Amino acid sequence: MADQALIKDLEAKAVQLRCNVLEMIGIGKAGHWGGSASLAEAMAVLYFHVMNVDAKAPKAPDRDRLLLSKGHGALIQYAALCELGYFPREEMQRVKSLNGLLQGHPDLSIPGVEAVTGSLGQGLSIGVGMALALRLDKKASRVYVVMGDGEQSEGQLWEAAMAASNFKLDNLTAFLDWNKIQATGRTEDVFKIPDLDKKWASFGWEVFSVDGHDVEKLLAAVDKAKAVKGRPTLVILDTVKGKGVSFAENTPAYHNGTFDEARFTLAMAELEARKAALAAQKEMV
Amino acid sequence: MEKKSLRTAYGEALVEMGKTNPDIVVLEADLGKSTMSCLFKDAYPERYFEMGIAEQSMASTAAGLALSGKVPFYSTFAVFAFGRAYDQIRCGIAIPNANVKICGSSCGFSDFGDGKTHQSIEDANVMRMIPHMIVLNPCDAVETRKMMRAMAAYDGPVYIRINRNDLPVYTAEEGDYEIGRMSRIVAGADLVIFATGSMVWKSVEAAELLKAEGISAEVVNVSTLKPLAKEEILKYVAGKKAIVTAEEATKLGGLGSAIAELLIGEIALPFERVGVDDAFGTSAHSYAELLETYGLTERHIAAAAKKALKR
Repeated sequence: MADQALIKDLEAKAVQLRCNVLEMIGIGKAGHWGGSASLAEAMAVLYFHVMNVDAKAPKAPDRDRLLLSKGHGALIQYAALCELGYFPREEMQRVKSLNGLLQGHPDLSIPGVEAVTGSLGQGLSIGVGMALALRLDKKASRVYVVMGDGEQSEGQLWEAAMAASNFKLDNLTAFLDWNKIQATGRTEDVFKIPDLDKKWASFGWEVFSVDGHDVEKLLAAVDKAKAVKGRPTLVILDTVKGKGVSFAENTPAYHNGTFDEARFTLAMAELEARKAALAAQKEMV
Repeated sequence: MEKKSLRTAYGEALVEMGKTNPDIVVLEADLGKSTMSCLFKDAYPERYFEMGIAEQSMASTAAGLALSGKVPFYSTFAVFAFGRAYDQIRCGIAIPNANVKICGSSCGFSDFGDGKTHQSIEDANVMRMIPHMIVLNPCDAVETRKMMRAMAAYDGPVYIRINRNDLPVYTAEEGDYEIGRMSRIVAGADLVIFATGSMVWKSVEAAELLKAEGISAEVVNVSTLKPLAKEEILKYVAGKKAIVTAEEATKLGGLGSAIAELLIGEIALPFERVGVDDAFGTSAHSYAELLETYGLTERHIAAAAKKALKR
């Protein structure tokens, strides 16, 4: 039985990350709400519990690495990095602006970001290189790579899948954000990729599937992944695109959508209500 | 003149550097016996990564290794090293200035038999266009070995273009290679021939042909294609009556274009380019046949020189 206080903390953190994302998107500007919000719990679990990272030593050799292969989900990573103190909150206001720190996609100039991603399909291979380097250096650190489900049609991911199992990289865990919607519609309609779990397993990976919004199950899945020896691990996150804002959930328009003032207010109110509910629940624990 | 293998020099340099620098790692895509990275595999198997025939994965994996403090060299045929992995180089390596060394082997027409799919006339030209990328094109085995040390010492992405065939040695064993520095191979007074890679050899022979006709041609080895310093070029152009460039690559965006761009507004001299017109290669039984067919011999260079001088 996991620590209930920890779970409540991480759930609250996930909501805070969604608030940060919404704040960065703001009113009347396009932003990747859907694929950021679907990752909030996974990011909360990784950045605020699992990973050994320190904002004061962003290049510490022993740190764990997180790569967002689905680079368009950058806002959720920025949201977490900001909460951890990698850069001041004011930077969130300047996201994607000229001379701002936070680029439209992850860039190495941003503290806490480990690689340049955004051109899809490349992050896992970069993670393979990092995992190989850590093994050569006899470090216990781990590499976490977050992929999208639409991204699964990128051939390079499967090259990386083969490389990781050839090299028996048990210090590498990938996450697949299975939110079932990509830029132009439902993955089922745009480009079918059936049996992702079986595909990855047949490439030599240990595969776990988990409710991507259930913090307790996520914690358990990561523990299981860390215990696997001799092969890389994949955690398929069964998620809801746009999770946390009712009208934006499961809606392709919010892959990279815009909130008008009324919708922004409504979205923020929903997130604040969730935050209050979680705080009340934590009191009970 | 004695000919030596540039790709053997590449492999031997990797082994030599690997001895003292434990951070050097090598990646290959099933062509290690051609690129000669196999020598490193024999010496340091734990630092050699066979990526399978997967150049995109190889380029990005090299990026990951570099971002973790390693000094990765990856090699395969030039056409695949740059072309199959262009976006991986651009995003994963060049944008973050990752310390990855890319070896495009069997460049130009040097893989004569395999034909147009395997011959690379545009690799260095395309790599020049990517910000942060250093582009090197050695003219012989000695220069290759020295360049490898300079590449390892430089912190950032470098592309090196390696000829498959043994080439005569024109550069000196002594001294270190300095990225961006040109070198005079033949001194001359009437015109200057800026040559790169295999065309240094052909330009030296052209200078001999011209000498027999009373024309004094200087041959300058431009083995760093990027960065290209205007001051260096102006130094060699000074006092000459014409300029010729020679490269085993498409004329579009290559050495000739680059020098012409730098000289715009600086100097007006008759200028001729020897290179490949906008065309793919083809299979042949020998390298020499292709150099002849595509206008890349000493005769073509000498003719270009005379044409320029007549203007």
